[in-house]
Amino acid sequence: MAVPVSLTVNGQSQQRDVDPRLLLVHFLRDVLGLTGTKVACDTSQCGACTVLVDGIAAKSCTCLTAQVDGASITTIEGLAAPGTLHPIQEAFWNKHGLQCGFCTPGMVLATHELLRQNPNPTVEQIRHGLEGNLCRCTGYQNIVRSVQEAAKTMNGGAR
Amino acid sequence: MSSRTFGSAIRRREDPRLLTGLGTYTDDLSLPNMAHAAMLRSPHAHATIVSLDTSKAAKAPGVLAVYTGKDTAPALKPMPCAWLLPNAGLNIAEYPLVALDTVRYVGDIVAVVVAQTPYQAYDALDLIEVKYKTLPAVVDPEKSAKGTGAPIHASVPGNQAFKWTVAGGDADAAFAAPGAVVVHDRIIQNRLIPTPMETRSALAQWTAATGELTLWNTTQNPHIVRFIGSLVMGVPEDKLRVVAPEVGGGFGAKIAQYPADFLTCFCAMKLNRPVKWTETRSENYIATTHGRDHVQDVALCGTKDGKITGVRGTVWAGMGAYLSTAAPGIPTILHGLMLCGPYLIDNVKEDVYGLYTNTTPVEAYRGAGRPEATYLLERLIDRFAHAIGKDPAEVRRINLIPKFDNGHNVATGLTYDSGNYHGALDKIMAHVDYAGLRKQQAEARAKGRYMGIGICTYVEVCGLGPSQVAGAIGFQGGLWESAIVRFHPSGKVNVFIGTKPHGQGEETTFAQIVSSELGVDVNDVKVMHGDTDKTPMGWGTYGSRTTAVGGAALAVALRKIKDKATALAAHLLEAPVEDMDYADGRFFVKGAPAKAKTIQDIALMANVAWNMPAGMEAGLEASSFYDPPNFVYPFGAHVAVVDVDPATGAIDLKRYACVDDCGPQINPMIVEGQVHGGVVQGLGQALWEEAIYADNGQLVTGTLMDYAIPRADVLPEIEVLSTVTPSPHHPLGVKGIGEAGTIVSTCTMYNAVVDALRPLGVDTVPMPMTPERVWRAVQTAKKGA
Repeated sequence: MAVPVSLTVNGQSQQRDVDPRLLLVHFLRDVLGLTGTKVACDTSQCGACTVLVDGIAAKSCTCLTAQVDGASITTIEGLAAPGTLHPIQEAFWNKHGLQCGFCTPGMVLATHELLRQNPNPTVEQIRHGLEGNLCRCTGYQNIVRSVQEAAKTMNGGAR
Repeated sequence: MSSRTFGSAIRRREDPRLLTGLGTYTDDLSLPNMAHAAMLRSPHAHATIVSLDTSKAAKAPGVLAVYTGKDTAPALKPMPCAWLLPNAGLNIAEYPLVALDTVRYVGDIVAVVVAQTPYQAYDALDLIEVKYKTLPAVVDPEKSAKGTGAPIHASVPGNQAFKWTVAGGDADAAFAAPGAVVVHDRIIQNRLIPTPMETRSALAQWTAATGELTLWNTTQNPHIVRFIGSLVMGVPEDKLRVVAPEVGGGFGAKIAQYPADFLTCFCAMKLNRPVKWTETRSENYIATTHGRDHVQDVALCGTKDGKITGVRGTVWAGMGAYLSTAAPGIPTILHGLMLCGPYLIDNVKEDVYGLYTNTTPVEAYRGAGRPEATYLLERLIDRFAHAIGKDPAEVRRINLIPKFDNGHNVATGLTYDSGNYHGALDKIMAHVDYAGLRKQQAEARAKGRYMGIGICTYVEVCGLGPSQVAGAIGFQGGLWESAIVRFHPSGKVNVFIGTKPHGQGEETTFAQIVSSELGVDVNDVKVMHGDTDKTPMGWGTYGSRTTAVGGAALAVALRKIKDKATALAAHLLEAPVEDMDYADGRFFVKGAPAKAKTIQDIALMANVAWNMPAGMEAGLEASSFYDPPNFVYPFGAHVAVVDVDPATGAIDLKRYACVDDCGPQINPMIVEGQVHGGVVQGLGQALWEEAIYADNGQLVTGTLMDYAIPRADVLPEIEVLSTVTPSPHHPLGVKGIGEAGTIVSTCTMYNAVVDALRPLGVDTVPMPMTPERVWRAVQTAKKGA
């Protein structure tokens, strides 16, 4: 039994018949080959699989593909135009907000959500806003700095 | 040494691909006709397999094969242990890849399913019928030594894997000396789960016609995977290619060799098609190695005026159900030899018992042995300071080894390379205004607030290490590193290294070394690693050794290039070699810098070889196999400031500040990042993390829902400072920084919490120091008072 889904991923229209139990993350990774979205837990704790569903961050490991029929999905591959970096990506690069890079796609997209909701977060708000995304390398400090810089850039340099 | 970028906080060259989702980790790879493996793992900690029926699973949709131990045992040799600790009665139990008749921990592999899709493979696991007869289990190493549970291996009396002793001076005499102040402690080094964000994965491709096997693998040391994989699978090393693509953190858990990886290869060879296996996080928690797990009975003695005279102890180290690849060396060599710490301690003795338990094998975890040594020593020193009524910082100051530049021998037999321990202590105390903090503490206590200050000094042994030493201590490999530097005609450079960076940023820092040594733009250097077919042999990234040993290999190779370039430039400028000078990528006759040959000119002329001096070969390429003359010994001093609420047990970490000395810093931004991450992992052990086993051997903390790694919202800003004491023997003077934070932050945090609660009579809190445990410690102290 397969269910038809039609959705837009990184601006491209996709129609597939999928297993009803197919998780969105597996659809992205295994069906579309968009492997930037990662899986790092089984229990929705880590946030490595974070993508944007109609512009709002969601954990794609906790979402069936069939559930997002009709939605527009943005993955890390689609956050910026090819050859360019989104200001959040640029800030993570500038501030050494990543080491092994495995949590990074989810962390960048969670930051996107945080700044969408609160363009001028305090350090405390950043730390609280990212507590659903786990990183084992950085101790989070440079991630906080990255988010601060991204906020500044996205607000036109003013704080 | 010129320094175009050495010492600069330049952005990492690996980041753009990682930031855009283009980094390729093992599970991101797919091959045509690829099948998927899943492992059936034992749900029991100790049991005999009464019957095993795979017939239903074999018929399930998409299933290509189901293998059990009967299929794999004839084809695959048991997993070897590669650290054959001498003089320790090492008793290595057979470690089959798939359990044959007995399972010995929750996670032992019982069968392997291969199917068209991962979903089908996991579905089929549920259809395998296994009847077990459970046996009593033991999860605690001290209880294992006392005979709890059923014997784990028939060949291992008393479950004892080894007994190892370190001794220097005469500890018994020091403890018996008249007037000696003796403090005891019993320490549980909580078992930890490394938890790299990327779980482990393997992808195998077999070419039957040529007998060639390629294994893509999440590993810190692909060349060791090839070496051991070749022994286990019988595939000759020249036909076994191991590729470690992007690796998402390791922290020691990706050093070991694992049954599942070689079983994935076995499946690919049997089925003649590519097979991939990727563990789930729950599987990672039971199947990938754990760390720490000591029970320590330890004591320290000293004089009333604060001089430490001896350290003595017994350690029961849990090794898990089997001895993992490097496991015997962790609680022994890497732990016991560091018991002098940065102090003048003349008398040391410790017996370490390695015990099999019905748990996941224990291996290296960030710091690997050294955190366990630093922790017990620093905890004892605080007890000692309290016993003699002296400030803990003062006791450390009294005992620290005075500044030395080139060698200091300690009682355990090691020779530290260089150190300025008082310098680090002075710097951290000035930075935090230690005297001011103690004053604040007195004021807080007067108001009924429980403020605590933890201060620790440490030294670590890293940059593993001289190969001759490796041989003497039973490590079944070398510990040198290698680098090949290749200049292309255009002057662009490829560097091929034998180590395997997996988050530490050596694609950047090694390019900085090239740029600094030869004046090449850092963007003109590409560092290649992780593919045994394309890089020279090397022993991998662990023990803070990639820059300390691999960086030295690179520096030596670059100096060979420089010598050749100087000779070629002299030839082209028609000058004697001894008249040549060099500055920032330019070779010229002394006094005539205007008429210079750049390194790019030389690269072109060496590659076209139109006009070479007699006897000089074409090309501009050099390699080095660098075997260090000694280990390197980074050190430092850390301070934690906390408020503890005895009513709730809640700990508020107000400040964490550190001074670390890893010698000259190639990229201070990366050093700082390593310190942040290391400190936070150590705080994880102190405050939140513990792999808890029920008495029946079930891992209670089996997911990230139950095992609490640090989150962003539970941490303060870490204040990072440094001093710079070069290593006398490293060509660039650099030491290592990957493990430093983890080695010392756990005890710094612990000492701060106990310091806060001392007025209540609390002198110990079990780790992790959760609010409940803090609260209970307070209640216990109140009852005792």
